[in-house]
Amino acid sequence: MLTIIYVIIFCIGIIGFIMTVAAGATLAERRIAAYIQDRIGPNRVGPFGTLQVVADGIKIFFKEDFIPSYVNKPIFWLAPIIAFVPAIINLSIIPFGSISWTADDAIVLADVNVGILFFLAITSIAGYGFAYAGWASNSKYSLLGGLRSAAQLISFELGMGLALISIILFSGEITLKNIIGSQMEHGWNVFTQPLAFIIFLTAAFAECNRTPFDIPEAEQEIVSGYHTEFSSMRFGMFMFGEYIALITMSAFITCLFLGGWDIPFIGKEGFGSEVFNVIASVASFLTKTFLLVFFYMWVRWTLPRFRWDQLMTLGWKILIPLGLLNIVITALLML
Amino acid sequence: MDLLKKLDEDELINNKPINEKDTRKQSFWEKLYIPELIRGLFTTLRHILRKRSFTIEYPDTKKELSPRYRGEHRLKIDEHGRMKCVACYMCAVSCPSYCIFIEAAEAPPDWIGRDKIPSKFVIDELRCIFCGYCIEACPKDAIEMTQKIPRVYTKRQSYIYDMGILLNNDGDRSDWILEEVLGPHKKKTSKGR
Repeated sequence: MLTIIYVIIFCIGIIGFIMTVAAGATLAERRIAAYIQDRIGPNRVGPFGTLQVVADGIKIFFKEDFIPSYVNKPIFWLAPIIAFVPAIINLSIIPFGSISWTADDAIVLADVNVGILFFLAITSIAGYGFAYAGWASNSKYSLLGGLRSAAQLISFELGMGLALISIILFSGEITLKNIIGSQMEHGWNVFTQPLAFIIFLTAAFAECNRTPFDIPEAEQEIVSGYHTEFSSMRFGMFMFGEYIALITMSAFITCLFLGGWDIPFIGKEGFGSEVFNVIASVASFLTKTFLLVFFYMWVRWTLPRFRWDQLMTLGWKILIPLGLLNIVITALLML
Repeated sequence: MDLLKKLDEDELINNKPINEKDTRKQSFWEKLYIPELIRGLFTTLRHILRKRSFTIEYPDTKKELSPRYRGEHRLKIDEHGRMKCVACYMCAVSCPSYCIFIEAAEAPPDWIGRDKIPSKFVIDELRCIFCGYCIEACPKDAIEMTQKIPRVYTKRQSYIYDMGILLNNDGDRSDWILEEVLGPHKKKTSKGR
């Protein structure tokens, strides 16, 4: 009985947390973009523009939900949901911290044995949402955007998988919290597996449809790509889903490469008291995640968009051979 | 390391004449893309850390306008307190948008040296395109354009400025709120004597 209550509270906590952080991420993106472009972002609405998020939320709720008559209604209704929900599901397997600073007592909602596979599988489902959105809109350009998004996602999943295999080889674990445990012993994977880090980071940019790989929603070319025909909360779900996928992917990369909740010079016992352990581990995890989110936004406003053939070349002809090379090198070095 | 040297260059300016073809090939480091990416990231980081922003936070800060800025019109008064306009119709004729409407009348008898003054001088600021031709056309330097940016009113009628408003139009911007609340300007009569 107690576990059910604990799980429900944890669920509510995670969903509340991620919604707040995703909303904050929209504001953070606008302000970071503004500072990069030598201007100030929204700073009038609340202190440092924090109420801008509330204003945007209210605006999106009150917009007219316009369903064109020529769309495929069941799929039109389903597409935002499929794009939005997998990102939140992925959060349930991520260990946010540790009670005793070891891998066994990790604070995680659903301790799945096959953490990495679960993550890859659920991320693939989100691709269906984009393809459905493009198809249901009954518009050539939206369809193009949706198909391109689906193609992009499956192309870069291979690169992601290959980078992950070398990590699994190196640490011998598949569960996320055990990977963090092995990183606490052998050093962070970003130092021991730098090539895998680069491959995974590039593939992660493509999985989240972020610049420089944002052809599906190429803002200057095909209006909004696959989410042109969606308005009000449907579009809100796409937009929010994208930011939540961003944060989830950052959290995942933190687990896999940046050592999770590990702080460099703290030993095996952590800080001694449990409460302090929890606070410190969660804080360090979140710091690394937010730094990675900042990195995503930083790159978005630095790089120009890749051409479609350049993107496909990268996914198939560059990342896959590099991933295989990485596996071979890791295997050789482990002998 | 020449990567560090490149960070100091200004990457935009390339001092070559336009006709010459740029035959530089990509170096090995450039082909890798990642070193160039890192250089680009440093550039944007510099922009984030710079304190300089081009945003003018209106209405807390206002943009500095030049003295020649063409804002709303104003009719001028000479040193005896009489209005300078002699109703010669030059501004109305030169206006490309036909937004000045003048009716002439006889000057008061004690205004020495004056023949006509306008009895009605209306400028429709909505039609106005703020070109400044009326200022250039006036032979008596009787009309000028102030630095007031045309305000926002709620009714179209408010944009039609009659003589009373035009004579008094050199107040500062803080009194536009008063005007919306209290009503149109109180008319100031020209001190004839």
